[in-house]
Amino acid sequence: MTTELTFEPKIVAFVCNWCTYAGADLTGTSRIAYASNVRIMRFPCTGRIDYNLVLKALEQGADGILISGCHPNDCHYSTGNFHARRRWVVFRHMMEYMGFDLRRVKFAWVSAAEGAKWAEVVNTTVREIRELGPATEYTELHRKGVA
Amino acid sequence: MCSDPGQNMIKSAIKEKNLTGVVVAACSPRMHEPTFRRACAEAGLNPFLCEMANLREQCSWVHPRTDATTEKAIDIVSMLVAKVKRNAPLFPIKVPVTRTALVIGGGIAGIQSALDIANAGRQVVLVEREPSIGGHMSQLSETFPTLDCSQCILTPRMVEVAQHPNITLHTYAEVESLSGFIGNFTARIRKKARSIDERSCTGCGECVTACPIKKIPSEFNAGLGLRSAIYVPFPQAVPNKPVIDRGRCTYFQKGKCRFCETKCPAKAIRFDQQDEILDIAVGAVVVSTGFTVVETSFFPEYGYGLYKDVITGLQFERLLSASGPTLGEVRRPSDGKTPKNVVFLACAGSRDPAKGIEYCSKICCMYTAKHAMLYRHKVPDGDATVFYMDIRAAGKGYDEFVRRAIEDDEVRYIRGRVSRVFERQGKLVVKGADTLLGGQQVEIEADLVVLASAAVANPGAEELAQRLHVSYDGHSFFSEAHPKLRPVETNSAGIFLAGACQAPKDIPESVGQASAAASKVVGLFSCEELTREPVIAVVNRTAPPAYSTCAGCFMCRSACPFNAIESEEIKGRDGQILKTLARVNPGLCQGCGTCVAFCRSKAIDLQGFTHEQMYAQVMDLFA
Repeated sequence: MTTELTFEPKIVAFVCNWCTYAGADLTGTSRIAYASNVRIMRFPCTGRIDYNLVLKALEQGADGILISGCHPNDCHYSTGNFHARRRWVVFRHMMEYMGFDLRRVKFAWVSAAEGAKWAEVVNTTVREIRELGPATEYTELHRKGVA
Repeated sequence: MCSDPGQNMIKSAIKEKNLTGVVVAACSPRMHEPTFRRACAEAGLNPFLCEMANLREQCSWVHPRTDATTEKAIDIVSMLVAKVKRNAPLFPIKVPVTRTALVIGGGIAGIQSALDIANAGRQVVLVEREPSIGGHMSQLSETFPTLDCSQCILTPRMVEVAQHPNITLHTYAEVESLSGFIGNFTARIRKKARSIDERSCTGCGECVTACPIKKIPSEFNAGLGLRSAIYVPFPQAVPNKPVIDRGRCTYFQKGKCRFCETKCPAKAIRFDQQDEILDIAVGAVVVSTGFTVVETSFFPEYGYGLYKDVITGLQFERLLSASGPTLGEVRRPSDGKTPKNVVFLACAGSRDPAKGIEYCSKICCMYTAKHAMLYRHKVPDGDATVFYMDIRAAGKGYDEFVRRAIEDDEVRYIRGRVSRVFERQGKLVVKGADTLLGGQQVEIEADLVVLASAAVANPGAEELAQRLHVSYDGHSFFSEAHPKLRPVETNSAGIFLAGACQAPKDIPESVGQASAAASKVVGLFSCEELTREPVIAVVNRTAPPAYSTCAGCFMCRSACPFNAIESEEIKGRDGQILKTLARVNPGLCQGCGTCVAFCRSKAIDLQGFTHEQMYAQVMDLFA
């Protein structure tokens, strides 16, 4: 077996309290098994997610980031998820410029009713990040004191 | 852990070990966070110093028993420990409540809400744009499915509103602005000049008789009747006091006349009356501004409103009504003759994406059946034909009512749509298709065509929504906070919806929603203070405030979905403004934190989910 296949990535999931966190709870109550590589951080809303935090996680050694919230128009706070999406559109260019592999940051909409979808989203993300291998781009730079 | 013994373990640990924070590693916080926070509070620890690590739903129930799962469980607990170390004690926010409700719109929904709130012992200010309350229901002839006379059941309620000691009624008035937040709104109301001293006026009607300008299309009769320039909209109007239509009055237009003034025995005419502006403190708002129907001019295929005998359903209501321009006899507008062939078009505009009205107006199927039925009762030798797309008669006794129209009253129902209404040798011809006969073309000569024209939002609904800070949908109907579970609330706390301003609905539904909104208001008013979760945003405000890291860019304001960001002027000793800072209104903030992510200088933070707490979790995970 090659290292790519045995590599277990560590992925941080930033999720909103009302849709995806509840959806992930539903995955549990439905006993749908999925990969254990994801650590969930609960936010009130995806609109609260500061992309500096995404950078911080990558800098500290996360292999991938998963951001998930309510579907468009379903936001508990009406527009928070739109703000999250809009800010990402701007931020991703900066990350790309800084040399990040944008494939390491995944977005999803998972509602409180989509327990099965959460399992699928996590599994897909883990598989894709596993194929990318460990994230060393930024941690290397950070170690050398460049970033 | 959530059982009493489990909670007691936590409580005694807090006391014995003087704990300053608790992490309960058990189920989802969405399940038992309130339970454990309460337990902490009972042990004397601030409840917001308790966090839950979700080991059940998000770990043990979804992963097999392996080392990797254990590792994840340790990470989850450790992250929450890192967070709880940085938790600050928080205290519920108390907001005082002004226990007076504002009801905007005096149709049946507004009347019902106002009466329910007033009967619960709270003060109500009811504002109506027109000179009388009553709304569309007062225009209706009889109501489905019972055929009660609409005015007979409505007018006693209108009188009750006028006489209720807890209701202050402002007719011919509009809400100009609404500021503040739940429990603490200020409504600015413009009482338009009625040109009448309401206190001296006895409602005798001499002025109306005296007025020489008598040929103004009456709004109440949907343009089919006439009124004078000084007028009472309809005989049972509440208040039964006239108003001068300044745009039509000879005195206001040409400076001469004043006939009404000479005839008024009470000397109540006031030509010099000015609009009055009132600022009223209210704690909750019920919006019940209703709907309107599209006019016949909306339909090029039915003659752009040029054929006098093509009328809307609302106009037909007036022809059927005993208080209408024909005193309840069905006579057509063009020549006053009794029509022997009446064609009703259900779905005129509704469910027609080409016309921009994709939705079903909901009430038309029922009132068209009622119209056809009442017409057959009044003109037994006449023929009634209904063109329909589908018959949507869901409701108690509704389908039976439609069956009665078809079976007992022999109304002819043709399933199909009408492509054109045109004139041929002085007669109207309705051309449509019968889809149950394979789309066969049908032409029917009609003496009168009644369009069940689409119910649409009031003109100006969007502007009102913006003034009240409530959201509205693509058709300008006001949006409820949740389509299923919060159908009468809006996204703005303390503002509720009732009736057809939210979506087309019939009388029972409007009344039901109005009572629901009233019960929400009464619930809100049951306490002198509102208690709210302290998970809200706060702006850094170091002393002296001029050194706050807030730069006053107000990006937060553009992000906030709740208009919770206010500006605060920091003044020097000489009164000069040193700086303008953002300030979060704790009554309005719902705690989403969108502003926090927007803030460039990180001057705004969300209590319970601070930067420090969130970064600590990330740092801990990779430590």
